[in-house]
Amino acid sequence: MKRLLSFVKKEFKHVMRDRKTLLILFGMPVVQILIFGFALSNEIKESGIVVLDNSHSETSRKFIEKVSSGHYFEVENLIDDNAELENSFKEGKVKLALVIPNHFEERVLAGEPSNLQVVVDASDPNTATVLTNYIAAISRDFQMQMSQLPVTPQLIQPEVRMLYNPQLKGAPNFVPGVMALVLMLICVMMTAVSIVREKETGTMEILLVSPFHPFMVIMAKAIPYMFISLLNVTTILLLSVWVLDLPINGSILLLYAESSLFIAASLAIGIFISIKTSSQQVAMLISLMGMMLPTILFSGFMFPIENMPLPLQVISNIIPAKWFYIIVKSIMIKGLGFSYIWKETLILFGMTLFFFLISLKNFKIRLS
Amino acid sequence: MSAVVLDHIQKWYGKEKTIALKEVSLEVEEGELFGLIGPDGAGKSSIFRILTTLILPDGGKASVLGKDVVDAYKFIRESVGYMPGRFSLYQDLTVEENLHFFATVFGTTIEENYDLIKDIYVFLEPFKHRPAGKLSGGMKQKLALCCALIHQPKVLFLDEPTTGVDPVSRKEFWDMLKRLKSKNITVLVSTPYMDEAGMCDRVALIHQGKILAIDSPEGISKAYPFDLYEVKSDKISVTLNQLRKHISVKSCYSFGDVLHVSFEKGFTAINEVLDAITIDHLEVKKIEAGVEDSFMAYMTN
Repeated sequence: MKRLLSFVKKEFKHVMRDRKTLLILFGMPVVQILIFGFALSNEIKESGIVVLDNSHSETSRKFIEKVSSGHYFEVENLIDDNAELENSFKEGKVKLALVIPNHFEERVLAGEPSNLQVVVDASDPNTATVLTNYIAAISRDFQMQMSQLPVTPQLIQPEVRMLYNPQLKGAPNFVPGVMALVLMLICVMMTAVSIVREKETGTMEILLVSPFHPFMVIMAKAIPYMFISLLNVTTILLLSVWVLDLPINGSILLLYAESSLFIAASLAIGIFISIKTSSQQVAMLISLMGMMLPTILFSGFMFPIENMPLPLQVISNIIPAKWFYIIVKSIMIKGLGFSYIWKETLILFGMTLFFFLISLKNFKIRLS
Repeated sequence: MSAVVLDHIQKWYGKEKTIALKEVSLEVEEGELFGLIGPDGAGKSSIFRILTTLILPDGGKASVLGKDVVDAYKFIRESVGYMPGRFSLYQDLTVEENLHFFATVFGTTIEENYDLIKDIYVFLEPFKHRPAGKLSGGMKQKLALCCALIHQPKVLFLDEPTTGVDPVSRKEFWDMLKRLKSKNITVLVSTPYMDEAGMCDRVALIHQGKILAIDSPEGISKAYPFDLYEVKSDKISVTLNQLRKHISVKSCYSFGDVLHVSFEKGFTAINEVLDAITIDHLEVKKIEAGVEDSFMAYMTN
């Protein structure tokens, strides 16, 4: 026990004396949260549009006003012909154009169907869909206001209630994702490098000729990063509550417990990489390519897993971040308890145990 | 009982099975200061790594303190001290932290065995808060020796501890090793410097994975099979070439600014040989052979 303690102390000193790495360790989560929170947002705000008003009427002006009154659209220009419309798209200034037909006013007032042409830049399909949905909603609303006729009674009116995230903010989606990504990166990369470093500098040679047990080395390497990662979890949670106004709906204790489990899983993977490689560069490369990319791709926070082809969906199951992402979302956003996430917890636990055991088994007690 | 026994140990590396050790056999007595002398690549480090259980031999048997190096590796790892050829302490930890760490790894404390390292640690004391990476070469070696000694090992393995260390520190280092003898610690040390052989109780000359000879340094020197003369000359390389071509000359090597020339035992016509050399002002005297002369003689045999 005293040996382990002294080993852990030594590892802490290694971490604390490496100022640059320390800065990355604690800076990364802050930067990531801020980047995702403010710079990389997929919410749509004030998209530039142009309007070709062929109707030139009171009603069409009112309609344009309504479109630009919300914070979704900003009318950049009123244009006169189709050529100009095409140019605005080519210049890339606008995402959407509205073409209001000749007899817009008469038809709207008469309650007759009227065609409103919507031209969208669909090079980004997601944005295009969102924009057209907004326009459709606005025009429906407008028609109801303007129409002299009473609303047809048999019309189906969907009453939409956005569960868990009524304002459709981006934060509830990315905070759990960033948490998974940051913890994965820090834990895997740092531990992956740590044992290889001892092999590279030759200290492993002395350590081997001593009565230490591989279990002790593995634990000693893991414990400091467990602490640092839990600190990072705290930073991320504080930032998301105070800066991004994202409350934690579920139990904080459970959230920390599950985070510890995920950290343990990542550490076990890092240690396994460390044991299997023979240079720090290789270890770093493997953890970056083998961990970061799959985590971004398959955790589900950037690309929905349900939309992937079946083989990829199957692959996504072996990514620990996917399960952690589900867990954090369930606790933080939906406020669910342990009974809803025991399956995911069990999977993470199994992964941790698996990597820990094969690391222990693969630990070389001699020089190769 | 011998502290260390190597019995026909073989070792080869890689797919090509490059031979590193050829049937190496030697015994080191308890409390002995035993030197492995040989140039780089002779196989010294391989012997050390086999004895410290870091690598497995490909043939033969080896034991330390009577225990087999393969089966009883756990016992050996607890009972020996090892200082690898490359400086292998934690460079970002201070002198004191390194020492403290290795003491606890072996389940002991600095205070408990301070007696053993006291003589060495006094040199390090002023720098105890300095990171190990920022010490001079000689200090690094002293610290490494302290760390290898802190758990009071019965056998100490030192792989080229004086390589890359200044002459003064080298001398200090050997004095420390001699003092360890009085504490009944068996020391196996390797060095590429022949002049350090004289510090050991016994030495083994090793070259290309083969033991050439095992004896006391005096014994090694005495076993030199020829008469040896030292020749001083202004034009050393010309003299060397001409001497080597002479039929009576057994061997001729340059040792710094002099030549060591050997002849068959009892050879008397030395003046005739020198007359054949075109260089004037040669100074010649008969000398006793040293370990290096013997090493050269063994190598060419």
